[in-house]
This record gives sequence, structure tokens and C-alpha cells, in this order.
Amino acid sequence: MSHPFQRSNIRPGEWIAEWSIRLVASVSIIVIFLIFVFVFREAATLFTAKSATNAPAEVSANPSSNDMKPDTYSEEPDVYNPEAEEPSTASGEPGAPGQFIRLSKNPRYPHYYNPDTGLLPDDIDDETAEEVATASGDSGDILSRLSGDTWQPVGETPKFSVLPLITGTLKTTVIAILIGAPLGILAALYVAFFAKPRVREFVKPTIELLAGFPSVVIGFFCLVTVASFIQDITGVSYRLNAMVGGIGLSLAVIPIVFSIAEDALSAVPKTLQEASLALGSTEWQTAYRVMLPAAAPGVFAAVLLGIGRAFGETMIAIMATGNAPLTSLSPFEPARTVAATIGSEMGEVVWGSEHYGVLFFMGVMLFVFSFGLNAITELYVKKRLMKKFQGR
Amino acid sequence: MELSSTHISAYKRLVGFFAVFVALTAAVAVLGVVLGMLGSFIANGGTTLSWQFLTEFPRNSNTEGGIWPALAGTTFLVLLMTILGVPVGTATAVYLTEFAKQDSWFARSVRFAVNTLAGVPSIVFGLFGVGFFIQFMGDGIDSWLGTSSFGDGSLLWSSATLAVLTLPVVIVSVEEALRAVPRDLREASLALGATRWQTITKVVIPNAVTGILTGSILAVGRGAGEVAAILFVGVTYSSEVLPSNVTEKFMHLGYHLFVLSTQSPDVDKTLPLQYATTLVLLGLTFLLNLSAILIRSRLRKR
Amino acid sequence: MAKDFPVKIEAHGFNFHYATKQALFDITLTIPERRVTAFIGPSGCGKSTFLRSMNRMNDLIDGTYVNGHLMIDGVDVYSKDVDVVTLRRRVGMVFQKSIPFPKSIYENITYGLTLNEKVSKSALDEIVETSLRKSALWDEVKDRLHHSAQGLSGGQQQRLCIARAVAINPEILLMDEPCSALDPISTGKVEELINELKDTYTIVLVTHNMQQAGRVSDYTGFFLLGSLIEFDRTRTLFTSPSQKETEDYITGRFG
Repeated sequence: MSHPFQRSNIRPGEWIAEWSIRLVASVSIIVIFLIFVFVFREAATLFTAKSATNAPAEVSANPSSNDMKPDTYSEEPDVYNPEAEEPSTASGEPGAPGQFIRLSKNPRYPHYYNPDTGLLPDDIDDETAEEVATASGDSGDILSRLSGDTWQPVGETPKFSVLPLITGTLKTTVIAILIGAPLGILAALYVAFFAKPRVREFVKPTIELLAGFPSVVIGFFCLVTVASFIQDITGVSYRLNAMVGGIGLSLAVIPIVFSIAEDALSAVPKTLQEASLALGSTEWQTAYRVMLPAAAPGVFAAVLLGIGRAFGETMIAIMATGNAPLTSLSPFEPARTVAATIGSEMGEVVWGSEHYGVLFFMGVMLFVFSFGLNAITELYVKKRLMKKFQGR
Repeated sequence: MELSSTHISAYKRLVGFFAVFVALTAAVAVLGVVLGMLGSFIANGGTTLSWQFLTEFPRNSNTEGGIWPALAGTTFLVLLMTILGVPVGTATAVYLTEFAKQDSWFARSVRFAVNTLAGVPSIVFGLFGVGFFIQFMGDGIDSWLGTSSFGDGSLLWSSATLAVLTLPVVIVSVEEALRAVPRDLREASLALGATRWQTITKVVIPNAVTGILTGSILAVGRGAGEVAAILFVGVTYSSEVLPSNVTEKFMHLGYHLFVLSTQSPDVDKTLPLQYATTLVLLGLTFLLNLSAILIRSRLRKR
Repeated sequence: MAKDFPVKIEAHGFNFHYATKQALFDITLTIPERRVTAFIGPSGCGKSTFLRSMNRMNDLIDGTYVNGHLMIDGVDVYSKDVDVVTLRRRVGMVFQKSIPFPKSIYENITYGLTLNEKVSKSALDEIVETSLRKSALWDEVKDRLHHSAQGLSGGQQQRLCIARAVAINPEILLMDEPCSALDPISTGKVEELINELKDTYTIVLVTHNMQQAGRVSDYTGFFLLGSLIEFDRTRTLFTSPSQKETEDYITGRFG
């Protein structure tokens, strides 16, 4: 039977367009889920591979990679000499972070490379990674090397204790949050409640400008300016330390805390503020007793996301913390974070080795932790906020 | 009627005044740091910045000369990342808002993954680049084609890694822009006999285009300054030539700054170069952010 | 009720379900061609849902399904071989809120026309003029056809939406509380317009304003809690309703 609404118009162009959108979307959604799969998969090699054949292949007698040996580092205090005018020495040994991108297929001589000339030394042995690996031999199973309190991935008996790295991460993150969260929240409070519109128009975008600073730029600023400043006022012996790193991280945390807290505070209905002021409370009482509690879940979320940013930040941590894996809790001693360790060692590790697996494992730690923080803000805080403002 | 402030105790007024003062101080402090940073960069790097600096190759192990390969490499990287990431992110957002069933388990889990992924540290994306792009895709392509150019870090894999890094940002902001288009407009278009595709292309996207642009540019801006994610997927600290194809390694402004400031044999000597590089990198990201802000303010006026 | 008119729309035991609850129960009625039919009832009674079923706008809501029959010219609009797009081109709709596209007045009217076919400029000009004349807007906007439609007043915007729907020359015009956001003067103009349009189109109107139903409609249906309580000539329904609920509603005892 034919009728006026008969399905007759086939629109091939639209059909193709709609299906290409579906296709592209599926690809990107698959990639998004693959991120979970692949990071975990590489980390799993740590536990599946036989440690004997996968022992780290880095050449242990490497004079230029002393940033990875905490004990050498402490024997050479001049590296962190306060008098030294070289701002970079702490993390700047020419063996450090990601400078040498190695082929997965040719992991030879990673440390004999001379960064100044770009040449390999003449007297280099022609041994292969495998030979080095077998030479260094098995040194106990992986779990025993993950415990302990030393991070020393290069050497005859590599030690992969993440304890100093976690200590460093905690130290710098706590400093960053202690500085960044109050500053960010107070600045948000000022902009949201007390500032006149014209002042706000200037202050808000300027602070948000900070979010656009690449972290390597913040790291550089800490390296050359903040480090000297801190050393001048405190006279600490290590120019680069957890405090400098923490301050640097706080510069990354502030814009996040600020803009999320400011959003949450501005979202509090104006009527609430007016009602409170009409009852005769002062501006501060209104802000403190009415507005802050109303926006509390949002402010809480701001701090959580700030924490996530602080512990996952890599470049600032590499450049400003001193990058030494100590277990010391002193804020004025160097520290090394998990993210900075991945950032500085992944570039020269033999792919597929045990060290590689450990780095991926730490990546999984970062991933899981930040994912957890985000999930909390997504699921819990947003719901709370909605409840508050929609009265549900 | 007494309208003086005596009914509020002097103590409370003092506390209030003090609190506002503290908030003001915090804002001023943050503001001061931002402006101070900018000022220090401009003061120290402004004089080094010149046309030659931008267009010359570095000389003498990066201790003299300009930043041309880093500038060009960063530009290539950002362009390629944009080409790879923004259309895909936009298409995904269109799919999520216009095609997928809104309350389905699938749509909600994708949205949850995208939102949480936006906060995952960029170094993790770098690891993903190694594990997925170089080792899985690259080695796969190499063994399939019999080549050896894909299984290693390159401009292509760096761009792809950054595209994935910015993907959640693009998806979230484009979705937001699409959702801001009132449902009524879609219904009005459909009621006039437009198909879903016509509604999307003629009504939804034109009404969201400013939001899509701003979001994409901000995401690209985030990618442009990113160093951690590309540390092991193709950036190199020194190069005599510009990359001639996407499977080659490249120099990058941010990485260049990092190398100069932490690994150069004579850091003090290159300090002016470091400041000038900082200025160029900041200029690049600000240009992107600024254009997003301009587009957004034009949108607000309408 | 005798069928003393040519039937345009016909429902037989029509049920409509949202994902979690049923919204329409066993609706059976016939709507005459080229007349104005009004649906009244308290809000949430299903009258809008029923209206939006006629051009399948409810398809946009996830999880809805129907059973029973809803027929236009004897064709079940929910049968598998019905093309929704073609259906909607024949069944125009005007919404509660006036929603001009953020384009010029001219583009708003030609939007539906140019979707599927190339129309010459002169033909477009002509259609724009006739549709605007039909919706009594021509004289007010003829000098600013290429200005943004969002510069029009609320009443003008609503008449523009009617003109936009009329431009694609539908057979049926569905109006979902078209005057609820308008002031009395604009309402008067729209009602006048409805009166003129009924010579050409079958108009189905949802309104919560009983006076309006009384003023403009020829037939009226009263909905309550998803059921059609009564359907009759407007005059009959308002003067001597056969159902107790109808009487209670029109005398203002609830709703």
C-alpha cells in the first residue's frame, strides 16, 4: 500500500555522514578505554616477565648519571652547593631526564653518549644490552627489590623501592596544597564577593592567565628565581628542595583551585547573599556563614582537583625539587616525586626491562590515584552540589 | 532611629574587616606573582628576542644562536595535534550529545571516563604514547609494511599522544557548547521536517560554533605548552635540520627550555636564551588563549 | 457523536508510555478536516503528549513507546514504513515558546523550504510574502526581512513561527499552547489568525485557557489523567457536558 508518508526518501549523503560520525566517535571512545588497558598492560610486564632475562640493562659504571644514585649524590654535596651559581646543577647532570630518546630496538650505550658533541666515546665496548643484562645477573625477585627504602634503578643490584619517591611526592604535594589551596580559595572569595565589578574584570582573567602558563615555564621560574629567593631568606644548603618544588607546584594548583572555587562561590544564588545582608550581618559574616557553606562541596572539589594536579605534575617537579630520592621529611631537603621519576628515567630505560615495568607501575599508581580523585569529585561532589541548589 | 554601627560589636567588625583584608591580600599576592613572573620574563628575555633569534638554528651545542627548529617543531606539532584531535573530539561530542541515548549505561560510562581522564597527569599520557603508539601501533605498522620508521618516537606519535591528551578537553568543552543549544531549537527544526543531520548541521552546530572554537583553542593551548607527555615519544634536544616528514624527531620550545635550563654545560651563559625561549613559548600559548577569550567575548556581546 | 465531517485524524485505543509511566490511556477520537480542534485539561493530563504524538515529536525522548492506532488520512503514523521527516513536513507544529532560529526573518521562513530542494529566489520571495501575509505579519516586518528574527516582539515571534510552519504548506497545524507566553493583544492577533487559517488547514490546538478554546475551536476534547474524558462540538461541551468531570473542570471546580 502506498501512502503520502511512505518511506521513500533515501538520503545516502546523510547516511554516510551519520555513520562516519559514529565511526570516528567509536575510534576515539576505544582509544579512551585503551588508555586504561595499555598503561596497565605495560605495568603488568613487571610481574609476568622473568626477572633474570629482564634485569636492567643500563650500564652501571656510568659517570654521568649520578642523579640516579642517592648515595653518590649525598657524597657530593657540591652538586647542591648553595654557593654554586649554577642554578641547574641539581637536576642538570647531562644524564638526566628524557634527554636521550632510545630506540626500543637499540638500547646500546645510553649513557656513553656525549650531549655536548653528540658523539660516542672511542673506547666504548661493543657489548649489547643482552650481554650487559646477563652480566648484571639476577638479583632476587622483584618483590624484594620493590621493598626497602632505596630507589636506585641503575646498578648491579637495582633497588626499586618507591618509598622515597612517595615521600617526595607527599612532601611536595602537601606544601603545594598548604600554599595553593588557601591562596586560591581566598582569592576566589575576594573576587566572588568583595571585589567591585571593575576590579573583578581585571583580577579574574589575570589569575586565570596563570592556568595558561606551560608547566615548564613555571618550573623554569622556580629554578632561576624562586630557588634563589628561598635560599636568600632561609640560607638552606640545598638550593633546589621540596619547598621550592612545592611552591612551584602551588603555582600550578592556584589557578585550578581559584577557578573552580570561584565558579562554585558565584553559583550560590545572589538571593541568599541579599537575604543574609538584609538581616543585618556584615559582609564577612555573610561570606563565612552563608556563602562558604553553600559552596563547600565545590570548594572541596577544587582542593581535590588541586591535589590531583600537584602530585601528577611532572616538569615543575623535575626542575625545581632537586630530584633526589631521599626519605627525609624535611621540606628544605631535595625530594623526588613519582611523576618526576617517570619523566626523567623513562627516556633512557630499556623498553621491556624490569626498570621499565616499574616506571609503568608507578604510572598506574598516578593514574589510579588521580582517577580516584576525579571520580570522587564527579560522583560525590557534583551530586551534593545539585542537591544543595535544587533542594532534591 | 539609630543607624550607626554600634549594634554590631567592634570586635566583630574588626574580624570582618581583617578577613576581607586577608582575602584581598591573597588575591593581590596571586596577582603579584603572575605579573611578577611575566615582568621578569619580559625584563630578562626581551632584549634577546629578535628576528634572528626566531629564525636561526642553535649553534655550539645550543649555547648560541636561535630557536628556529624548536619554534618550527612546536608549530608542526600543534598543527598536527589539532588536525588529529579536534575533529575527532568534536565528532565524539556530537555523537554523545546528538546520537547516543542520553541515559544509557554506555553514554554515562563514556562521559565518566572522559571527565575523569581530563584530570589524569599528562605524564601518564606519555606512557600511553610509548605503550600504545610506539610499541603497539608503530611496531605493528613496521612489521606490516616492512619499514622501520614507525616503531620509534616521532613527530607523528608525539602529535597523536598530545591529541589523545587534549581529546577529553575537546570532548568536554564541545559537549558543553552543544548542550547549550536549547532543545527547543532542535525540536523546531525537526518539526519543520528537517532530518537529524540537517538539524545538526544547520541549527545545532552554527549555534554552538563559538563554543566549539573556544573550547578547541583552549584545548590546543593546553597541548602547545605540554612537555611531560612528549618526553619519550619523539622530542629531541638538538637537531640540525627541520623534520622532513612526520616519522622524524623534532625539537620543541618547552623541551628546549627544559634542556637549556637543566642540562646545558653552561647554564649561566645561556640564561638570556632561556628567558627569550620562555617568552616565545608563553607568547605562543597566550596567543591561543587570547584568541579563545576574544571569540568568547564576541559571543557574549551577541 | 455522529461523524458529520470528513475525518483527518483518527485515534483508536491509542496508548502512550514514557520509559517509566504510561501517559495516555486508550484514546479514541476523530478530528475533522479544516476545523479547529482544541484539547483542554489540567496540566500533566496528557493533552500535549497526545499532540506531540501526531507528528512523532515524542520519538526524541528516549524509552517511549506506543500501542493502538493513531492515523492521519487513514495511515497509521507509527507504522514502520512511515518516514518521520515526510510526516513532519505534512504536520506542522507551533510550540508554546516562540523559538525563532537565530537567523533573519527571511531565513527563518525559508528554512523548511530549502532543506530538501532548490527553490528559486523569486519563488522563495513569493512564499515568504504569502506566509507572512497569512500570519498577518507582513505589514509589520516587510521592511526588515533580513534583520534578525530575535529583534521581534514576543507576539511577532510567535506569528513568525506560525508563518514558518505554514511556509512548508502542511495539511495539519499542531499548536501547543501557542499563546501561553503572550500578552492579551498578541493573543488576540494569534486567535484571529487561527480563525483565518482554518479554511486551509486542520488545526489542533492545546490550551489551558478554556475561554480560548471556547473562542476559537469548533470541537473540544477534555483530557484528565491521560484519558480522554469527553470529545464534542465546543458549544455542546461547554454548555451541556455529558461527564461530571468535564462539568467540574469547566465550571472551575478544579484545575
